Amino acid sequence: MFDSIVIGGGIIGAACAAELKKRGQNVLVLDSSQPGTGVTAACMGHVVVMDDSPSMLQFTRYSRDLWTELSKELPDNCEDFMPGTLWVAEDDEEMLEAVRKKQIFEQAGVNCEIVDCEDILNLEPNLKKGLAGGLRICEDRVVYPTNCVRYLLRDIEVRTNCKVTGIEKNKVKLADGSSLSAENIIVASGLGTTALVDLPVVPKKGHLAITQRYPGFVNHQIIELGYIKKAHGATSASTAFNIQPRKNGQMILGSSREYSGDDKSINQNILEEMLKKSVYFLPGLKKLKCLRVWTGMRPSTPDGIPYIGRFKDDNLFICAGHEGLGITTSLASAKIISAQIHGEKPEIDDSHYSPNRVLAGELVHEH
Amino acid sequence: MNIKINGRSVEIKEGSTVASALMSNGQTAFRKSIKGDARAPLCGMGVCFECRAKINGRQHERTCMVLCQEGMEVEVQ
Repeated sequence: MFDSIVIGGGIIGAACAAELKKRGQNVLVLDSSQPGTGVTAACMGHVVVMDDSPSMLQFTRYSRDLWTELSKELPDNCEDFMPGTLWVAEDDEEMLEAVRKKQIFEQAGVNCEIVDCEDILNLEPNLKKGLAGGLRICEDRVVYPTNCVRYLLRDIEVRTNCKVTGIEKNKVKLADGSSLSAENIIVASGLGTTALVDLPVVPKKGHLAITQRYPGFVNHQIIELGYIKKAHGATSASTAFNIQPRKNGQMILGSSREYSGDDKSINQNILEEMLKKSVYFLPGLKKLKCLRVWTGMRPSTPDGIPYIGRFKDDNLFICAGHEGLGITTSLASAKIISAQIHGEKPEIDDSHYSPNRVLAGELVHEH
Repeated sequence: MNIKINGRSVEIKEGSTVASALMSNGQTAFRKSIKGDARAPLCGMGVCFECRAKINGRQHERTCMVLCQEGMEVEVQ
């Protein structure tokens, strides 16, 4: 009998397993294929503080601090570094938004600065001329998520290619007919969560492209301020300019969001729109070489808030539905799960994330 | 025909690819891998991407797929 079984070896499951292991638990992770090869492998790995709501600011800030702490021990292959985020304002209206955000971030103790129209070109000489300026978040990070998963799971028992068919009280049933017992069961299955528990998780497809190595072409993760209103739209497809420098000099271009069911294929129209936006902000990109394009399915919940915490009254815990912020918020999510399992008060208010809101009919749909 | 390799002018046979021009001028390493290892042409037909170098200011050109032109500037690491 294990203390805890974690179903799903993505960044969320790995973070939960590592946290519980650290607390002295005997933990087993089950992955339907290989850890860190699903949504975790398809995403950018941007560790970013977001201020969409006060709770999100608190959540992402807390989790980013945990990443900063973890960075001290991450091996080189996790490609952790701290380029910061540069939110770009195209015009005066967006510049007002930058100033508004700066005040919110500052109140939360997030190190940031307003950048004017000249400074922005000093920071990022390849950006187009004529931008109004931007907001630089100094301590946002970039990591290589798949290798972070490997690191988090380094001394934890993992069963690969292990399909879970059902969950009963303190018991996980496997596809081969056998079952495993544990005091606590944590469902960190992302999109697979819906098949195991009665909670809606819907895929939101995103496109990404990666370039050859061009060290120094961009120095920050650069995102257009319009991103927030564009990328989080719940219904229609959208794209926004979002470019990430990798430690090795490559760049990942994003971003897009659309509901497309299980269709992982590349939507040429969306890809074109996305790349055109990148070239609009960084004209020199046009001469660089793109190596590969792929899509990933972000696990989203109807109200845009992840499910984190005890489900119903059993020792069944859910940690899923983190959508586009799974890497950032994985470590804080794991802290919440661990605190609940140990009967402690988490460092941030966890009631907001309770999956029981679905049972209570309190799930408010976005838009 | 003359091209420049790392700023040095060399005479090459007309119709040469950049890869063959580099090799016939004693260039055995074209670029460095991410770990710092030397890299040079392998397939010679545009598939393996090992022969990349900077041509006329553009990085990551496959030298085996580009024909030399008068005054071309090639940079290898």
